[in-house]
Amino acid sequence: MNPEPRLVEVRRNVLKQNDVVARALRERFRAAGVSVVSLVSSPGSGKTAFLEKTLTLLRPNHRVAALVGDLATENDAARLARSQAPVRQITTGTLCHLEAAMVERALDDWQDLHQLDFLFIENVGNLVCPSSYDLGEDLRLVLISVTEGEDKPLKYPTIFNSADVAIVTKMDLAAAVEFNWDTAYSNIQAVRPGMRVFRVSAKTGEGMEDYLGFLAARLTQLRPAAV
Amino acid sequence: MHELSIAMSIVELAEEEAERRGVHINAVHLKLGALSGVVKEALLSSYEMACADTPLQGSRLIFEEVPVIVFCPHCQAQRTLSSVQWFCCSECGTPTSEILQGKELEVTALEIQE
Repeated sequence: MNPEPRLVEVRRNVLKQNDVVARALRERFRAAGVSVVSLVSSPGSGKTAFLEKTLTLLRPNHRVAALVGDLATENDAARLARSQAPVRQITTGTLCHLEAAMVERALDDWQDLHQLDFLFIENVGNLVCPSSYDLGEDLRLVLISVTEGEDKPLKYPTIFNSADVAIVTKMDLAAAVEFNWDTAYSNIQAVRPGMRVFRVSAKTGEGMEDYLGFLAARLTQLRPAAV
Repeated sequence: MHELSIAMSIVELAEEEAERRGVHINAVHLKLGALSGVVKEALLSSYEMACADTPLQGSRLIFEEVPVIVFCPHCQAQRTLSSVQWFCCSECGTPTSEILQGKELEVTALEIQE
């Protein structure tokens, strides 16, 4: 028995389990040719309204479905179902974020991924915790609404760095809350240089066309053979 | 607050190592990147909770906090960020989002007692 403590090297990634599942999901999505887009934001920034509009506008020309994470209620799923797209709720209970294994479980006995163009995953409203968890998506959108203040990116640089594209929502309220676009844009660029930003209003439809065009272009990239 | 589930993963991982090696663990060394999305203080108190009634009870969690390192395309060099609110080269000011380090959440070593 050696009473002297000693240090041994281990090098193990704490989130490895999630990363392994996320990687498998990403391969599965790629093989099925489905573009998987996730949405993160703080509570109340308009994720559900934005997603409902997205689903409604895409549906005439694309096959779409959505998974929606929520702490306790099924209200969001009910709202999204109005778009007529298949929607499945993931109730996380007290968990503040989605994990890859929850997405994997939710896909069981549900949609044939090969029959989809886009699968959307709405994360739990939270700008902190979701940043650590890869869900296997090929595009992560971070949403901020004009009512939240222009400095949101500076307060949550980590989530902006885990996302690919920023969406500024509720543009119809911009004038009423004296939203300063230049400041918001430069704050986004400060924490994530080169980040693509779209300005939208789910209510009036402003800016939706640009953003949907961007999604469609990505789908074409993903499936060069698709028409 | 996802620190508790992360603390539980750390304890689980350390318990596994302890069992495999047949040793007692005094301390767990964790590398924590400035962009890991984890708050050190919250993880510390969660760790204590997660250790309760496990062989890890009473063990310490020792942090190695690592800053964000980016690659500057202009200088063609690695640069340490002075602030996570300003992703640019600390020498020439060129904006960059090519992150080389800073997202780590990794158990690097264990202080063991045989």
